[in-house]
Amino acid sequence: MSEPIHRQLGMTDGEYDAVVGILEREPRPAELAMYSVMWSEHCSYKSSRAWLGRFPTEAPWVVVGPGENAGVVDLGDGWLAAFRIESHNHPSFVEPYQGAATGVGGILRDIFTMGARPIAVWDPIRFGSLDDPKNRYLFSGVVSGIAGYGNAVGVPTLGGEVEFDDVYAKNPLVNVMALGLLRREQLVLSAASGVGNIAVLLGAATGRDGIGGASILASASFDEASAEKRPSVQVGDPFEEKKLIEACLELYDRGLVVGIQDLGAAGISCATSESAANGGMGMDVDLDRVHVREADMTPGEILMSESQERMLAIVTPEDLDVVLALAAKWEIDASAIGTVTAGPQLKVMHRGELVAELPAASLSDDAPLYHRPVAVPEYIETAWATEVELDLRDVPNVLLQLLDDPAIGDASWIYEQYDHQLFLNTVIGPGHDGSLLRIKGTDKGLAVSTDGNGRRCYLEPRAGSARLVYEAALNVAVTGAKPLAMVDNLNFGNPEKPGVMWQFTESVEGMSEACEALGIPVVGGNVSFYNETDGVDIFPTPVVGLLGLADPMPQSPPRLDRAEDGMDLWLVGDDERDGDLAGSAVARVLGAPHVGRPASPDPAAARSAVETALALAHVAPVLHDVGRGGLAVAVAEICIRSGVGCDLMEREASSWFEESPHRLLVATAKEDGPPAASAKRIGTFTGTNIDFGTHGSVSVADAASTWRQAIPRRLH
Amino acid sequence: MRTAVVVFPGTNCERDVVYALGVLGARADLVWHRETDLSSFAGVILPGGFAHGDYLRTGAIARFSPVMDSVKAMADAGQPVLGICNGFQVLCEAGLLPGALVANRDLSFICRPVHLRVESTDSILTRSATVGDVLEIPLNSYEGNFVVPEADREALHTVLRYSDAQGGVDDDANPNGSFHNIAGVANRRGNVAGVMPHPERAVEDLLGSTDGRILLESYLASLAPIHV
Amino acid sequence: MKIQVEITRRPGLRDPEGATAARALRDLGFTSVSDVHFGRSIVVEVDGDDRDQALTDVEDMCRKLLANPVLEDFTVEVLD
Repeated sequence: MSEPIHRQLGMTDGEYDAVVGILEREPRPAELAMYSVMWSEHCSYKSSRAWLGRFPTEAPWVVVGPGENAGVVDLGDGWLAAFRIESHNHPSFVEPYQGAATGVGGILRDIFTMGARPIAVWDPIRFGSLDDPKNRYLFSGVVSGIAGYGNAVGVPTLGGEVEFDDVYAKNPLVNVMALGLLRREQLVLSAASGVGNIAVLLGAATGRDGIGGASILASASFDEASAEKRPSVQVGDPFEEKKLIEACLELYDRGLVVGIQDLGAAGISCATSESAANGGMGMDVDLDRVHVREADMTPGEILMSESQERMLAIVTPEDLDVVLALAAKWEIDASAIGTVTAGPQLKVMHRGELVAELPAASLSDDAPLYHRPVAVPEYIETAWATEVELDLRDVPNVLLQLLDDPAIGDASWIYEQYDHQLFLNTVIGPGHDGSLLRIKGTDKGLAVSTDGNGRRCYLEPRAGSARLVYEAALNVAVTGAKPLAMVDNLNFGNPEKPGVMWQFTESVEGMSEACEALGIPVVGGNVSFYNETDGVDIFPTPVVGLLGLADPMPQSPPRLDRAEDGMDLWLVGDDERDGDLAGSAVARVLGAPHVGRPASPDPAAARSAVETALALAHVAPVLHDVGRGGLAVAVAEICIRSGVGCDLMEREASSWFEESPHRLLVATAKEDGPPAASAKRIGTFTGTNIDFGTHGSVSVADAASTWRQAIPRRLH
Repeated sequence: MRTAVVVFPGTNCERDVVYALGVLGARADLVWHRETDLSSFAGVILPGGFAHGDYLRTGAIARFSPVMDSVKAMADAGQPVLGICNGFQVLCEAGLLPGALVANRDLSFICRPVHLRVESTDSILTRSATVGDVLEIPLNSYEGNFVVPEADREALHTVLRYSDAQGGVDDDANPNGSFHNIAGVANRRGNVAGVMPHPERAVEDLLGSTDGRILLESYLASLAPIHV
Repeated sequence: MKIQVEITRRPGLRDPEGATAARALRDLGFTSVSDVHFGRSIVVEVDGDDRDQALTDVEDMCRKLLANPVLEDFTVEVLD
């Protein structure tokens, strides 16, 4: 006997009973499909919700916090910024180009749903080693998908970050963050209101794309042959999205929408139920009005289809004709598919038949909530009890090995495929610590940094996650921007394993503590669980996306390529801390066992580093966060980009590669003296070599060529 | 003396062009591709982007847009017609400029600054420059590789070529495989010009280069018909 | 021997390029156009004269490299 349908859809017996309890009857097939998807981990956050309340979410400048399509913060003078981060991990493994492309499309819809024009995208991506052809295929496919969609839709991609580790070989991580800009009066929310208002479906035709719960649909009316044809891969169309962006922005400009919602997971069923529930209303939906790609779609398929590039706008009956005409002008399809009712029911008709009738809010509000068991995983005790042992005496050689690492080497192979200049806002683009965008017509600038570090978080999820926040804060601060608000993408393994839940809860705690220390509210996030293949979980890999505001923006913000012969090189930050090699880049590159306990951050030192960076950003030509690969890599990056050597002062070999947090490099003209009270001079820019004194030296030319080839040489 | 900046569905550099002309003190208006009357404009720019998604071939669908009849009429009347990037591709498809733009030699999108050497000043794009000037301008295209049939080569009016920072033109300075390193061409009369890199991205120091100004200033200086 | 490979998008999958071309054709007055589907055509030249072996090999090439099995179907045929 085959499994009951709800189990085939991934629902537990308890969840099924809850549905029966809500409806006071057995669910119809389409209803069961709706609950199964809306109550999935992906949509309901049932394993994580209990913990997400830990994040600090409030600050006077927060306009919209977690829960809407994007977080929104106030930039002053009537300007708001909307931003969000999402993952498209699994789809990118199945089909890297389309998976990454539709990830970009989805995040952009989250931004313009809020009334904002999307102005930039960042893509933090993680793969297995490039030595394996399969990983090269995934990596280059994902990069082309991001470029293909982002460039054509007309939103610049300003970079992101990249890591390679075999733990991601069968489960690449493709995260995407987007930022939008809007005037305060343009802010739109998703709530449907006004009985009798019309729900208009805008954009692409609905087809059989990425339908969750295919088995129930098959069992309802399909034979095997037609089920076989049902594609699950979503295909993106940046051209349709571009038209949709312009059409929606004009709708907002002309005040023609009451509320709007993008269509993502669970398609029409999610968009209609969420907008109704958010407004405390109900909705009558007629599926015969939906413009479909294929005539023979079942009601379940139409409801659950995840066809891309669609929006659901709520408009008044009086404005309907104007809205439809505006859609026609932008050459997008539009159909009035529903009517707002007093509620609370969502009622769905198909060919004269009632196919679903359920309380709109029950799909989200009544979703299950799990307190899954949490336990310290076994590997922790051993890892913490073991010291990292590395021979780092040959400093120049170790440095070259680090520069040859594709996660540290020149990323221009990636970002030169992205249009990173469109809209004429990019003051600091890819290849620096943080990106900086000007806001035209103001003195303000917006900075963004995305940061993740799975290896460190694996060894110490709490400290590792906290350090991501501090690192991101420093990355935006070196552009002159004060950290303003954060989003996070929590990529974790299987939450049914207590060890993974421990990683998760520690990580949330660490990030929360760091956010509190710096006064940074979390305004949105995404949880991606079940990143496991063959029973092996990925490293816990939270990725933070931090937004900073520079007001005023420095006239000439620091850059890595502005060091000159004769300038002094200074280190700001605690240089006396114990070495930090656990989870470091050098440990990975040299193939050391993955052990040790990474250092905990120091909130006071972190605050002071951010303050110092903010002040120096207005005066220093070069200001650089010390990150992956430690001091040696940070110095080399400046030398390579500026085309000048550096005579460095003596220090212990290993200290060139340790990754102690909260440190900055500053270059200043000789006559300017120390840039900060705590600054320590560690070298002088001169000549053509990076000279480590008694440890030896390496020419800038050799360092540069190794660094430039790190990615290309592995692909050709 | 206003400029029309044509917006096809999928165009995305239209606002940047209007902004850059504004930095230079000139006024430009966006014109939707279904517009058929451009008589109130002294010149027209087809900006970059992905008109009609670049589906089929870049520019292939855009050349049939209603606005293109007016663009052709302006070209015939000697008024300035400038295509940037995707706009260049559209002008080639429409037969207003010779040649075509195909996929880059390395089959990947290229977004980075390149150097251009001015080859001719007898065009609306270069009249204010000097032959031999080297300009640093951002390139941003997948189909930027200029090809031209043998028969059209004789009469080709090259205005800009990819070069190194010193003005040297060779294969190493050719980012995309373009025939003869060509980055910009004009018609014989000089009033219709196309350029692959984006001059509008290089008008402010804050964003890295102001070398695009001289090209846009050339265009603006041409706004009265150049051959009376 | 020449083997003709026809690669088409799997049924039901979205074809944005086809949809855009269809719209443009209708705009040009070809109002009878209901849809347009894009595909690719490839000719592979192989040595030897075992037709069945050649077809099997080229099918394998399609699965491994020439087609994207997630998005595309293919047919192979010997050209005379």
